[in-house]
Amino acid sequence: MAILIKNGRVIDPGHLDDACDLLIRDGRIAAVEPQGTIGDSSADLRVIDASGLWVTPGLVDMHVHFREPGQEYKETIATGSEAAAAGGFTAVCTMPNTDPVNDDPAVTELILNQAAKAGKVRVYPAAAISRGSRGEQLCEFGELGAAGAVAVTDDGLPVMNSQLMRRALEYASGFGLRVISHSEDLQLADGGVMNEGPRATRMGLAGIPNACETVMVMRDIAVSSLTGVPVHIAHVSTRESVEAIRRAKADGIAVTAETAPHYFTLTDAAVEGYNTHAKMNPPLRSEEDRQAIRDGLADGTLDAIATDHAPHSPMEKEVEFDRAANGIIGLETSLPLSLRLVDEGVLDAGTLIERMSIAPARILGLECGLLVGMTADITLIDPVKEWVVTTDKLKSKSKNTPFEDWTMKGKAVMTLIGGHVILDELA
Amino acid sequence: MALEQKDVIDLASLSVDEIRLILDTAKSMREISERPIKKVPTLRGKTVILFFYEPSTRTKLSFDIAAKRLSADSISVSAGMSSLVKGETLLDTAKNLEAMRPDVVVLRHAFSGASRMLGERLEASVINAGDGTHAHPSQALLDMLTIEQHKGSLSGLRVAIIGDIAHSRVARSNCEGLTKMGSEVVLAGPTTMMPKGIEQMGVSVAPCVDAAIEGADVVMMLRIQKERQKNFLMSTEREYARRFGLNAERLARASKDVVIMHPGPMNRGVEISPEVADGPYSIILDQVTNGVAVRMALLFLVVGGSRHGYTD
Repeated sequence: MAILIKNGRVIDPGHLDDACDLLIRDGRIAAVEPQGTIGDSSADLRVIDASGLWVTPGLVDMHVHFREPGQEYKETIATGSEAAAAGGFTAVCTMPNTDPVNDDPAVTELILNQAAKAGKVRVYPAAAISRGSRGEQLCEFGELGAAGAVAVTDDGLPVMNSQLMRRALEYASGFGLRVISHSEDLQLADGGVMNEGPRATRMGLAGIPNACETVMVMRDIAVSSLTGVPVHIAHVSTRESVEAIRRAKADGIAVTAETAPHYFTLTDAAVEGYNTHAKMNPPLRSEEDRQAIRDGLADGTLDAIATDHAPHSPMEKEVEFDRAANGIIGLETSLPLSLRLVDEGVLDAGTLIERMSIAPARILGLECGLLVGMTADITLIDPVKEWVVTTDKLKSKSKNTPFEDWTMKGKAVMTLIGGHVILDELA
Repeated sequence: MALEQKDVIDLASLSVDEIRLILDTAKSMREISERPIKKVPTLRGKTVILFFYEPSTRTKLSFDIAAKRLSADSISVSAGMSSLVKGETLLDTAKNLEAMRPDVVVLRHAFSGASRMLGERLEASVINAGDGTHAHPSQALLDMLTIEQHKGSLSGLRVAIIGDIAHSRVARSNCEGLTKMGSEVVLAGPTTMMPKGIEQMGVSVAPCVDAAIEGADVVMMLRIQKERQKNFLMSTEREYARRFGLNAERLARASKDVVIMHPGPMNRGVEISPEVADGPYSIILDQVTNGVAVRMALLFLVVGGSRHGYTD
């Protein structure tokens, strides 16, 4: 079985951005050549006309919550995988704050089994740093890694104990696992529910200051420097965090970082009217922060765009703002929101694709790219296709998005994994 | 003229004309409470549910009396008293309330935005009787009515609000209402209790309590809650009283015909010294009396009122 993707703009960040044809055979990339120069006469050749489309490495979302096991009414690995494929992703990294927490190889195996059964995107589980993410005892990193975990994090909760963070970095490095930090000082957060500032004051909602995130980013940079072990900062939302990471990188400290589309798209103005679909942790920040996030993505301080896809049912969202759960779904809106950065001149196309594929893959130690011989995980993107976000058309089981009814430009129209088409929206 | 919206959620969503209408209607309501028979038939056949998720004595009583003096049927439900409250979401509560066809729901709730949320889902009018730290419109309106009663007008007055601004819905609503009506509002209190960006509500923050009181026509003291010590927001009550409390010495800095207000309940000897609380400048009990009038006006106006204001 072979597939020839013709007439597209092939973007392989760091290697290629040109009008090329791409041949897939036996699930791998067999050739990437100038248009019209690949002669393949296989009887079973499928030819895909990618005129006007971008042909890119499969997108990687390094931060999703699939809720299985434990909260399958919000999302399952199957529905989450479908949402990922629809959004152009070929691989995701699932956070461990399921119920039970992914702190045991049996849970890791269950996740991988369910992912295999779903048969859509590649699912790479992140396991917990501490048992139950309670911050008291290190998990069995060796066993978890052997079972298939690629990273460790207590995401959803910070590691408040600095000694635990130090030991987690040291212990993880011995097993080749990336440590991901959910950077939040719970005491500074003090029950806050939105960004601290004039809007929170007027609305009478308890604020979360920028420093709540940034003090922990700075601590983790210091602990990374102490141990010499890389640390990855999840969902960066503040300008001070961006600046701290920028300085750390300049100092040669092995810190990487991600942000999410909502942090470079929205501000805390979205909370007006006590809109629980604009409640997340970290919270939507100010316009200055939003600008700093964009600058951070532009200069590479922020390595990756991840969605923090966090499905919740109306039971958690159609309640008083203080009571509402944190988080929004993001897999199906990430690409078009990120493409705005290209339209607005913040990033060029190649850099955007790098932030959404090669960079997160590199941080997690995954293969990603369009070099001959690589696995054919490929996304075809129509960068100008307009569509409207309609929640009942979204594949995710949950519909908690602040982007309902937004007109989006750009969409993944085909997603291939190992040469198999798992999404086909080509007309 | 009637109110633009069916609900009264905060002072930000009321226009100057609407605030004027409420205050004028309240003035005409005041007299009913002075009659030997304190009842008019205006809201006969109307149902008012007083829904109090948070403990309250004064506000609930005040709304209840207001409803009864207008001949409405008022039913009061308190948290912990009713199966309607236990484990049920606010949304389900709203649906259940709606099914009983009330005309007005007066809601007190611990979370900001709750009254607005209820109002969006009910056909009945919702009057916010305090939601979290967001708003307490009837309190601010009765404060404005009381100030106007003593000062003749709200415009051009210097009003000092002192205490725990961050946790005070009374302060927020007064900031919104008083600035709209032309008063100058100046805030003071411990820096830990001054919320970020409060100046954007059109008020100023004084460097210390003395500076705020300097030349003030009105001094409004807020209740301080001892629990705030737990969150490191204050040190001791003793220091609070000395540095942030209102006493006769501090009061000497105010305008000579200053009036003193407090939304109650007071901590005598903490935010306000007994001699000031009971002194000649105190109009605290007038606030309570006016509370009934303002709530009568609100109930009357949200049920449709008359297009020409209140006539007996």
